[in-house]
Amino acid sequence: MTTDKDAPISGEMPRNEGTDATAPADPGPDADGGPGTGGAAGTENLDSPLHLRPAELRGGGEVEHRDKVFELRKVSVSYGSHRAVGDVSMDVFQRNITALIGPSGCGKSTLLRCLNRMNDLVPSARVDGEVIYHGENLYGPRVDPVQVRKVIGMVFQKPNPFPKSIYDNVAFGPRTMGIKQNMDDIVEEALRGAALWDEVKDKLTSNGLSLSGGQQQRLCIARAIAVKPEVVLMDEPCSALDPIATLKIEDLIRQLKDEYTIVIVTHNMQQAARVSDMTAFFSVRTSEGKRTGELVEYDDTEKIFSTPADRRTEDYISGRFG
Amino acid sequence: MTASQRGSVSPEAGAEETPRRPLGAARPRHGEKVVKGFLALCAALSVGVTIAIVVSLLTPTIGFFREVSVVEFLTGTQWSPGFARGEFGVLPIVVGTLTVVVIALLVAIPIGLLSAIYLAEYAPRRVRAVIKPALEVLEGIPTVAIGLFGLFLLRPLAEQIFPFMNWRGDFSIGVAGVAVGLLIVPLIASVSEDAMRSVPGGLREGAYALGANKMRVSLRVVFPAAISGIVAAVVLAMSRAIGETMIVLLVAGAGNPNLSFDLARGAQTMTAYIGGTATGDIATGTTVYNTIFAVGSLLFLMTLVVNLFAIRLVRRFREVYE
Repeated sequence: MTTDKDAPISGEMPRNEGTDATAPADPGPDADGGPGTGGAAGTENLDSPLHLRPAELRGGGEVEHRDKVFELRKVSVSYGSHRAVGDVSMDVFQRNITALIGPSGCGKSTLLRCLNRMNDLVPSARVDGEVIYHGENLYGPRVDPVQVRKVIGMVFQKPNPFPKSIYDNVAFGPRTMGIKQNMDDIVEEALRGAALWDEVKDKLTSNGLSLSGGQQQRLCIARAIAVKPEVVLMDEPCSALDPIATLKIEDLIRQLKDEYTIVIVTHNMQQAARVSDMTAFFSVRTSEGKRTGELVEYDDTEKIFSTPADRRTEDYISGRFG
Repeated sequence: MTASQRGSVSPEAGAEETPRRPLGAARPRHGEKVVKGFLALCAALSVGVTIAIVVSLLTPTIGFFREVSVVEFLTGTQWSPGFARGEFGVLPIVVGTLTVVVIALLVAIPIGLLSAIYLAEYAPRRVRAVIKPALEVLEGIPTVAIGLFGLFLLRPLAEQIFPFMNWRGDFSIGVAGVAVGLLIVPLIASVSEDAMRSVPGGLREGAYALGANKMRVSLRVVFPAAISGIVAAVVLAMSRAIGETMIVLLVAGAGNPNLSFDLARGAQTMTAYIGGTATGDIATGTTVYNTIFAVGSLLFLMTLVVNLFAIRLVRRFREVYE
């Protein structure tokens, strides 16, 4: 199981045979993780207060931390000369739900988009620092962003189903990966995984855009998990939805945790509290008229919402926004 | 009502209130009516002109069909309306027109659409900033210039490239088709590019996040979503090719209506017949005079059918995005 080559894709999810798994990541031997968080030896930079070792967390928090999926080391993202978010160092753990919260403009979405190289699509964007994915730098010279996105999927703020049938929406990803067989099963499994199957099984040929907003977003989640990624990034997935649809998506996110590592950006603090295991709070620092986001505090969600270490976190979560 | 009551109950408070502004118009706004009338007149004028054109086409056409039967006109294979014992089989010049249109589309659709995909999806901003205006300038080149280019450059060039063909005389219907194709390339490229650029970026992001590469995003997501605009571009170009007169007159020649399908020789098209015949010394009311209008009506009908057909096609295949 702990072979180097295909650990990030098929190591945990054996249903990915036949895809070109070799290219995207070439993780170190620790990546697939033996027991006891094999990555602990790699976390030497204890000087950063933001960088929490799993060992420390395990003592205090009740959340179960598994292996590290992402290690961010002093990550900064700039658009042109403007630094949108600076010097973020944090770890994201496997099969955890990690929430990124904070006020508008604090760079949480920008940071999220670094994790599957979506920022590459913005010509002026530049990423400094290291985003380590299972031991390999995502921005390393041999890494192909197209392959990265096959392993690290994304769900967007506004539901964006393709103007195609429900079936074709879900099948798009697998077809992109060259899968041709058992497409019906793949589509059904993904739709079941997104808790949408019962609602759409009789109208798979109708247009994805004919669904309600909440259904569209679940379709987008089905589309994302149809390629069996390891990680699903969610950029405020409920911000365009009504409260009932939001609750459904939140239930779904909790279910998805069994199979996927999830990083979710949200404006809604209650949502972070309801669904996430770990929460990172970001804030905005304004200097010389330029606003740069920074990571204030990263800890177990329960700790963030009960006894935050930083005053700014406390102000934000208690509604005294400062 | 309430205001006056309040005023009567407490006069002092009423005195401090600002006086109510009258709700009636101070004076009738005649200017507005004049403007509205003028705008309506302009709209009516364009409709009126269209109707006038149709009527002016139809009257001599009816006269023509009093002398020549519809069956003879539509099925005859000899076209010599100018002779004493004239033949009025329109097929040779219809075939001439269709030949030009088919060749023009064969040239222009691939070149135009590929340029559009390049400009909309691939071209760096700087390249696009040069090419797009250049295309728009090309759209405005006088057709007589393209005709001369076709006659003196393309025609000899074609003879060198395809020496095995049966080149005779100075004219070639095939080269005329290519020249008309060059005329409509910018139209197809420019309008399709606009259609593709107006596809929401969210759809592209959704596809990229599934690990699709640029080619797949362009061809499987953007292109289908823009199909209605692209078909509109092609139809517009086709109408232009059907109606194009100057280029075919110069490159294919105005005489020699034939059904030979020989691309290397000159042939007459419907527009070339009209353009070559409708000179100042033609007597009104004669059969030849009426013939021009009959051919014009047929041309009009063909364009109409193409447009109606295209509208149905678009309704059936378009992918509606929000």
